This record gives sequence, C-alpha cells and structure tokens, in this order.
Amino acid sequence: MTDLLMIRGVSKRFPGVQALTGVDFDLRPGEVHALMGENGAGKSTLMKILAGLQPADDGEILHRGEAIALRSPLEARERGILLIHQELSLSPELSAAENIYLGAWPTNGIGLLRKSELNRRAGEALKALGCDVGPRTRVGSLSIARKQMVEIARIHAFKANVVILDEPTASLTDAERDQLFATIRDLKARGVGIIYISHKMDEIFTITDRITVLRDGIVQGTLTTSETDADRVTQMMIGRKLDAFFSRAEERFGEEVLRVEGLGRRGDYHDVSFSVRQGEVLGLYGLIGAGRSEVVESLFGIRGPDRGKLWWQGRETAFPSPRQAIDMGLCLTPENRKEQGLVLGLGGRDNIVLPSLKAFSRLGIMRRSREQAVYLTYRDLLQIKTTGPATALRTLSGGNQQKFVLAKWLCRKPKLLILDEPTRGIDVGSKAAIHALIAKLAEEGLAVIVISSEMPEVLGVSHRILTMADGRLTGEFSGAAMTEENLIRAVAHHAA
Amino acid sequence: MNGTTVRRLAADHYVWMLLALVCVFFALLSPHFLTAFNIGNVLTQSAFIGLLAIGMTLVILNGEIDLSVGATLALSAALAIGLQNSGWPTSAAIAAGLLAGTALGFINGAVVVASGMHSFVVTLGALIGIRGLVFVYTKGNALLVEDFTYADLLEVHVGPVSLTAIIFLGMLAFFQWLLSASRHGREAYAVGDNPEAARDAGVKVGRHKIINFTISGFLAALCGILLSIRLGTAEPQAGRIWELWTIIAVVLGGTRLQGGVGSLWKTLGGVLVLAVLQNGLRLLNTPNHVELIVMGVILMIALGIDRLMTLLRARERTA
Amino acid sequence: MSWKSGAAAGLRQGGLWVGFVLFMAIVAINAPAFLSPGNLLDVLRQVSITGTIALGVTFVVIAGRLDLSVGSGLTLLTIIIVDQHNHAGPAGAIALTLLAGLAIGAWNGLLVGFLRFNALIVTLAMLSVLQGLALWYSGGSNVSVSSPGWFAVFGRGTWLGIPVPVLLMLAGAALAAFLLRRTAFGRAVFAVGGNETAALFSGISPARTVFLAYLLSGFSTALGAIIMGSRVMGAQSTIGQGYELNVLAGIILGGTSLMGGAGSIWRTLWGVLMLGFIQNGLILMGFPFYAQWLVTWGVIIAAVWIDLAAKRGRMLA
Repeated sequence: MTDLLMIRGVSKRFPGVQALTGVDFDLRPGEVHALMGENGAGKSTLMKILAGLQPADDGEILHRGEAIALRSPLEARERGILLIHQELSLSPELSAAENIYLGAWPTNGIGLLRKSELNRRAGEALKALGCDVGPRTRVGSLSIARKQMVEIARIHAFKANVVILDEPTASLTDAERDQLFATIRDLKARGVGIIYISHKMDEIFTITDRITVLRDGIVQGTLTTSETDADRVTQMMIGRKLDAFFSRAEERFGEEVLRVEGLGRRGDYHDVSFSVRQGEVLGLYGLIGAGRSEVVESLFGIRGPDRGKLWWQGRETAFPSPRQAIDMGLCLTPENRKEQGLVLGLGGRDNIVLPSLKAFSRLGIMRRSREQAVYLTYRDLLQIKTTGPATALRTLSGGNQQKFVLAKWLCRKPKLLILDEPTRGIDVGSKAAIHALIAKLAEEGLAVIVISSEMPEVLGVSHRILTMADGRLTGEFSGAAMTEENLIRAVAHHAA
Repeated sequence: MNGTTVRRLAADHYVWMLLALVCVFFALLSPHFLTAFNIGNVLTQSAFIGLLAIGMTLVILNGEIDLSVGATLALSAALAIGLQNSGWPTSAAIAAGLLAGTALGFINGAVVVASGMHSFVVTLGALIGIRGLVFVYTKGNALLVEDFTYADLLEVHVGPVSLTAIIFLGMLAFFQWLLSASRHGREAYAVGDNPEAARDAGVKVGRHKIINFTISGFLAALCGILLSIRLGTAEPQAGRIWELWTIIAVVLGGTRLQGGVGSLWKTLGGVLVLAVLQNGLRLLNTPNHVELIVMGVILMIALGIDRLMTLLRARERTA
Repeated sequence: MSWKSGAAAGLRQGGLWVGFVLFMAIVAINAPAFLSPGNLLDVLRQVSITGTIALGVTFVVIAGRLDLSVGSGLTLLTIIIVDQHNHAGPAGAIALTLLAGLAIGAWNGLLVGFLRFNALIVTLAMLSVLQGLALWYSGGSNVSVSSPGWFAVFGRGTWLGIPVPVLLMLAGAALAAFLLRRTAFGRAVFAVGGNETAALFSGISPARTVFLAYLLSGFSTALGAIIMGSRVMGAQSTIGQGYELNVLAGIILGGTSLMGGAGSIWRTLWGVLMLGFIQNGLILMGFPFYAQWLVTWGVIIAAVWIDLAAKRGRMLA
C-alpha cells in the first residue's frame, strides 16, 4: 500500500535558525499520525510547508506517489490537503456556509451565489460532523467551539484526504472533544490521513496510530502508539542531559520581593498565589493559553486583575501601572518580542532607553552621551551583533533583538525581572547566553520569574517551578521533584 | 435573549433609532416637515451623497477609503455639460462623464493594489489632482448648459418621489442585492475582515479591491451627472468636501472603518439622517453654520458608538 | 531611522532630488526670474503658513495619527485674531488665538488619544465643526483689522532682508526639530508611532503622547493664523480652505510615512518647500494655478511608490 503522503529530506532555514533538517515523515490513508515536539521543535514550520504557506528549501513531498511543490494554500486545498488552524480564520459577518466554502462558492454564470446549493452542501458537511450549527448562521454569533466546528466542516466540504489538526482541542470542553474524536474516527474510516498536533499526552494515546517526534528540527523517530508510552515519548522530546546546557544560579535567597495572593481576572486566570525572593529563579510552566502571560501582564499593569492582593518588598501595595511598575523595579520582557518588546523601526540605542526616558534626560532633554555610553556597555556585555546604535532592529536576528529587550531592563537595575518566553525563536548560541545571564543576575540578588513552554528551559534555569493550566496553578515543584514527568502530569492531566 | 444580545441589537440598529429621533424632533418643531412634498424633497436631496455613500461603503468594507469622490463628481459634471455644449449628443456627453469617473476609480484601485500604498494617500493625491483636471477642463469657470431641455431629463416623478431619488434607491437596492447575493459581494466581507485568510482561501483580493474602487468612481460620476442635470451648471468647486459628508453617512450607518462589517441598508439610514438634519435645519431657518456644527457633533457621537460596537464585537470574539 | 535616514530613504531622496533639480532647471531656462533672490524669498514667504502648520502636524503623523482639521482651524483662528485685534489689542489677540489653538488640539487629542477614536473621522468632524464655528463667529462676512500697528510685523515685516514669517517658520522648525529629536517627548512620539504596544510595555503612555502631539498641532495652527492674519489684515470664512491638504501633501512628499514611527521636521519643510517651488515655477512658466494640483498628484504617487518599493527591496536584502 502506498503512503498517502511521503516527506523526504525536507529542510527549512530562517535567518539565524535552522528550523528543519532533513525531515522524513509518512502518512498512510486512514491513519492518525501525531506530530510531537516542544515549542520551537519545528512542528509549525513543517505544517506550514504542507499547507502551502511556506516553501521548503530542500527535499521533496510526495502526495499519492506524485512529487508536489505547493506554492499556495489554494494548491494544497485543491490536492485535498487541509490545515485546520489553531487561530481561527473565519469572517464573522459571513454565514457558516459561506465561511466553510470561502474561495470556492458555487456560483452561476453571472457570479451570483447559488445559495440554496451552498447551504445544502454546507448543511451536509455540518451534519456529517454531528454539529447543530445551521449553515445560514452568522459565524460572529457562534461560540469558539462551534466556530471550530465550522472550520472542521471544511474537511467534508473539500473532501480532504490529508488533514492537519493543530491543537484542535485547545478551546473545547470534554464533551466537544469527544465529539471531535468521533469525527476523527469517522474520517479515518473513510481513508483520510490525519496529522494530529497536540501537547496533551492523553489525547495522543487515545486517538493516534503513530507518533513522530521532532526536536530542534530533526526527526527523533517514529513510534507505533500501541507499542509505546508517554515516558518514552517524553524522553524523545527532551532527549538531552539538561545540566550540560543550562546554568542554574547558586541558591542564595534573600528577602521576599513579590508576593501575590488570590489573584484573579475574569476569563483569564483564577486564584493565583505565589511569591518570589531575591536571588531566586521561579519558573512558570504551562502551555500557551494557560494564562501565564496574562498573570504577569497583570502584575506589570497592562491588564489590571479583578481581585487579589500584592506585596512588594514586604509591603502591601496597590497594583501598579506599567510606569509605576518600572519605577518600582518590576520589569517585564514580554512574550512577543516584535509586537510588544521593541520598536523595530528604531535603533538599539533608542530602544534601550525607551523605558528610562526620564533617567536619560534632564529637564526633558535627552543626554545623548549617556545614552551612547549605556548602549555601548550593554552591546559589549551581552555581545550583541549590530552595525550601529541607530541600525533599525528590524534588520537584526531574533537573538540579538531579544538581547536588546533584556538590555532595556537590565540598565534600570530592576529588583524583579519577569521573562516571558525569553528564548522563543532564537538560535542555540543566544539561548545559552541568555540562560547564563539569568543565572548570573540571580546570583547578584535579582529575583527572576521565567515563563516558558519549553520544558528543558524551565527545568534548567529554575530553582522552583509553578505549573499552570486553564488559568489555574496546578502544581509547585522544587529540588528533586522538578522532573519532566511531574510537569507534564501537572499541566496535561490536571483535574480541572 | 440576554443582555448582550439586546445591547448588540441596539448597537447594530442605532442608526434607525437616530433617524426616528431626528424625524420626531423636526416633525414637532416644523409643520412643514411631515408633508409628502417635503419627504420627497429629503429623498431627492439624499440621493447625491447617497450615491457616493454606496461606493464608499463597498470600499470601506474592504478596509480602504476613497477620498476622491467629490472631485470625481465635479469632473463628470463638467464633462457632461462641456461636451454637449461643444456639440456632442447629450447621451454621448453623459456616457463620457460616466466613463471618466469609472476610469479614475479604476486607476485609484489599480494604484492602491499595485503599489501597496494605503488608499488614503492614493486617493488624497487623486482628490487634489482630479480637482486640477476639473479646472484644466473648465478653466476655472462654471459651465452653463446651453440646451435647456437637459434639465428636463430628471423631471419625472412618481408621486412625490423624483427620478433622482428613484435612481439612488434603485442603485442602493441593486448593490445591496449584489452584496448579499453575489460572490463578489460576499467576498467583500471576507476581504475586509481578514485579507490574508481570504487570499489563502483563493479570493483574488487585488482584483476585488480594484472592482470596488471602480464602482465608487462610477457612482461618483453618476452623482455628478445627476447634479449637472438638476442644476444645469457644472461648478469647478462642485462636490468640495462631499467626501466628508459621505464618510460621515457611512460611519453613521455603522460600517466599520477597519472593514469587514457593514451593510448598504444601514448606510441608507446614515444618508437619511444627514439629509433629514439638513432639511430640518433649513426648514427651521437655522443658519448654515449650525448645520456644520451639528453634523460634526453627530459624527463624533457616531464614532463613540462605533467604538462601543468594536468593543462589543471584540468581547463577542473572545467570549 | 530617527537619527539618519536609511539607505532606502537616501535612494528615494536621491531620485526626488534629481527630478526636482531637473524641474528647477527647466523652469529657470523658461523663466529666468525664477532663481532671482526676490522670487526665492517670495516662495519662502508663500510656504511659511503651510510650513508652520506642518511642524505640529508632523508630530501627529509620526505618532501614527492624522489631523485634517487644520484647514478649518486656520480659518477660525485667523478670524479670531483679526477680530480680536480690534477688541483686545494685538497682544491680547495673540494670546487668545494661541489659547484657542491649544483648545482645538486638546479636544482632538482627548478624542483620539484618550478615547481612542479614529483620527481620520475625528479630525474630519472637527473640520466641519470648526468651519461652522468660523462662519458663526464671522457671521459669514469679512472681518478686517481696523488699525494695524506692530501686529503687521508677523506677516509683512522683514529682518535683514528676510521676511519675518519665514524667520518665524525657521525658528519654529528649529524648536520643533529639537523637541522631536532631542527630548524625551520626541522619543515617545517615535515609539508610539512605531509600535504603540511596545511603547505601552515600556511605561510610555500612548494616550498622553498622542494628546500632546495634537496640542502641538493646534498650537502651530495658531501660529499659522497669526502669520496669516498679519499678512492679510483681514479674514473670511474660506481663508484656510484646503490648507489641510497642502500640509499633508508636503509631509508625505517629505517622506514621512503616514503609518507613523518615522519622519523629521526638516523633511517636512523640504516637502512643503518643494510643493512651493513647483507651484511657483509652474505659474512663472505661464501655467494656470491649478496645474500644480495635477503635478502634486503625480509627485505624491511617484514619491510614495518609490519609497515603498525601496523599503521592500531592503526587506528582501
């Protein structure tokens, strides 16, 4: 039996990062094949190549035995390869039927929509899912789970033979998830091949036939699900000795810097309490969407919490605005470097001083020699590669950009530094440098909170780790209890 | 039906409540307001901004804007009158005026799509330049039609409703039907809401936008022709800042400036609110400046409502 | 991009320079008076009002917003200063005008900055409201200064042979450039226009920054009105018509992106000046005044298109 999809030796390089190296992957008809790996392992790049969103640099893709080069999602769709996005790509003003068939509406000779046919076909596709959404319903009025159903209905609508499901259960309730699994089994029976991407081990072992693990853009192996277990998969996902790559600060804790109790914000997170001390690196681990970034953005004043109390250096304090937080010495390097961290059109020097305009000015007039001095100091200290203080940061690599984000805060000598995904999408060398820096800062007495969805990173740099899932803290681990297995269990098998 | 739904419905249809409000207001203050004759008048007056607003709605639905409509209508009016004065048959002169506006709309769209510039810059340039064309053609003078029967072309009434108003309402109905029934019309929403997703799904976004700019140019030209017939003259400054009134009408109607949300029925509401305000204020003999101030204030209020709606929609998306 | 223009902007400016010099040469051959000192000063004098207003609007544009209300603002403020000159005297009139200008800017800034309304629509609405107020204040008739005293110096005076309005514009430009490039506020303007979210995450208040930018725009419109009132010694309700378009055209031509985050005062002046020379040159060559509008259209499209193409080239590199 020939494979539905064969990927041979696919490589992809981005500036500064080798995203995929010689990836081989097969998909059989009627198979659910899990693609696993940590964030940054290359799953999403592979998906995008398959969906025609990005071209591969190298290698070949055979679909039903035929070599294909996908130049657009449209071509992929015409071949029956369909990506169901994690982020929904629906137009709220259009009806469910119109969304399902967007780009392929049945029309008559003069461009009029054949609505009854469209609705009938969409209705069948929705019914095949067991979904009670009417084809004429405006999508904007649907709940997220139902929007996802509309998106999934495209599988039936386009008679897809290869379906890529990217974290499909992220926003579904248990009942909705069971419904989805029934759909998947049904698709299997019809010979559709499904690539299933998820972090949730229990789902993987419920629904998939085979598992392929990616790490650092390289395939670590393909396993038959029934012949393996979560531990084996986890090991393949991590694969390396942690201590060799990470430098953990020596434990010399001082006074408590920050404590929060009963922090809550409707729709984001509930009842979060923790504290962090001088010299301590506190890890916050959880999947994307678990509420981690929302919690720290509340602490930093971007979105105020609805409830909870905050103690700063032992004194109860009102929740600050970003300005007040910065002046207190509570600094945040945000999750999204390009959108939240930097003004990419400006140079490194301007970006470093941005949170400290007052400190670098007298009577509102900028002191340029000081700016230059601090720029040079941190350029050298962090070994940033750039061509000049005014070079637009847009032109730098992710690693160097991230170092500028760090410099922005380090030059303020903060008391608590919150790092949200500090090494996402940057090269290995810069990663190691940033990890070493975290250790050094902590040893100098800085309190650090590191948020990461990369487990080795959290395990490698933290003294203590909190896990979060669905907006709640689900565990606290330190010392010998800080293991992969415990963390995975705490975020994936939590009793919500 | 919960509170959110009620608020949503209210926000979605506030333009009709606003219309009812201003109608009641003027009906109470002026005995001439609620007469068949005056209502016909309002409809006729609304037709000109209304035609522009149809095209503007389509363009804004795509997340773009067309600032050049006022200048375009002046050019078409000038051509229609100027060419027949120089011996062209009336129908040919009208056709030339329509063609010129349509072509300018096409050029606007093509430049926006080909260059990737924001339509604000492109049509701002066109607003200045097309006005220049009008002056080049008219040498800065108002053109007076020599054939007096030209003005009779629109002297057809169905009851109190003038042919001008019928043409406007016909166009509105046609384009609303296009928006709701045709592939192009439905795609307008997808393009405005999420151009990338639309492109990925196989919608030809560039071509789509060019068509809408072209429609906007055509409707501006039609507006100019009707105006020239009604007035019998073509002023070189005709339609100055009408793009402003047009945008006001469209925004009042609840079309979202970022694109993806809106309908022509509600644009009609916005157009009528403006026309009733104008008509009512004139019935009450208020001076011109009151009109300008009231319009501006109403627009700012509409903006507040627009923001509220955006917030509601954002909540709807995350809920 | 705040200190030096990047390679792309350089290329673009290079292309524009060549075109502009070519244009100047053609005009100079056809109309020798074009390059005479007298005519050059005339051009400067003509652009001084547009140039002065553009100084403040440049802050708004770099902060990623728009101000289309300056034309009507200029009308209203000129009427105020001319009329108040007869009542409150020149000093009182100037003070009142500046205050009124600041009030207009504050209102725009409140709606766009703090309430986050769409800048295009807010300032279009204000265009209407201010025009209405101007009509209301003037009663639709002309107002004029009955006994001009020292007030005439702003529009008509000269100093060392240079018209005072030109000196005012240049002094204002120097001040504005200093504010934009050397102060904490100027940095905030670039940051908010370049990436509002990143500015927020850096403890900068986008609302306050945008508010102040509009305040400057209102202030510079008031300065423009002082020059206008002093030059004309009278005003009517159409005196500022179309200035918002000239200001924007000048800013765009100078290479300040309407997307925000980049631009400079000197570039704005350069754009305004270029428009002034085009207008003057065309008229000297015997073209009617409206020919400049057609040329402006072409130049704007060409300039911005080249700019975008150059930027794309750089992104690929």
